[in-house]
Amino acid sequence: MSLLVILLVLMIIGAIIAIETTNLLSSIVCMGAVGIMISILYLFMGAPDLAIAQLVVEVLCLIILIRATISRDLTSVTGDREFFGMVVTAALVLVIAVAGVMMFADFPEFGRPVMDRIAGTASAEYLARGPEQVVPRNIVSTLILSYRNSDALGEVAVLFCAVLGALAILRRPARKQEMEKDREADAV
Amino acid sequence: MEYALCMVLIAVGLYGAVVKKNVVKIVISLVIIEFGINALLVLIGYRAAGCAPVLNPGMTVATFTAGAVDPLPQAMVMTAIVINLGLLILMVALCIRLYERFGTFDITEMRRLKG
Repeated sequence: MSLLVILLVLMIIGAIIAIETTNLLSSIVCMGAVGIMISILYLFMGAPDLAIAQLVVEVLCLIILIRATISRDLTSVTGDREFFGMVVTAALVLVIAVAGVMMFADFPEFGRPVMDRIAGTASAEYLARGPEQVVPRNIVSTLILSYRNSDALGEVAVLFCAVLGALAILRRPARKQEMEKDREADAV
Repeated sequence: MEYALCMVLIAVGLYGAVVKKNVVKIVISLVIIEFGINALLVLIGYRAAGCAPVLNPGMTVATFTAGAVDPLPQAMVMTAIVINLGLLILMVALCIRLYERFGTFDITEMRRLKG
């Protein structure tokens, strides 16, 4: 059994614990453990940039989620939704999972990327021409910063909009006015 | 086998997002779905015993092209990781507001969401 399979099984176990445990704080910590494990997985899959980014993002996720749940009462809401709906959704999720597993069973064997099977793919071109066309020797940075930099621009725009939306949600005065409006509506 | 395990991880996250009542647990389930999809994308681009797509000194371009893993999924996953951080910030802000409004994280208690 390879290291990759062990890591993936550990990630699945961590995910199940994170979803099923009753204490919300330990659930968040379990999610952080899954994030650290996926960072190790990236490191073994030949993606050091992704490992570093995932580690930083994971720490930020942990801080944000703990900020959301710390000093709140009633955080340990347990139990599922009503029984029949839960059974139906569990069955649907099972069907989706089985269909996905069957779909991935039709994939070509693990360890041969698309650029090995088909000649002239974009990835092979980037690998072959990147070092001579662009200065950085890291092809992932080359892709993000020069070949696909409009993609990175869109990413920055999305991140900006998300932070703007979070600030708009968390701003105090707007929220108070809205609640007053709601109270007036209730009074009427 | 590896692809199937990634799919199982996605299914675990999907189950949590659909079945759980706690809003923060739904957010955690969505993050787990993200982990599964990112791992799947990186695994699709993996080459057996491949090196990282970084050209070391003393390595010719021919051996590099024949030995490096696929850089394109990695660049896309890098974008996805950062965007998912923004998504998580937005969802947690909504969770904090919902807690202040309703005094609980239980979504079945939030009755007046229809405006």
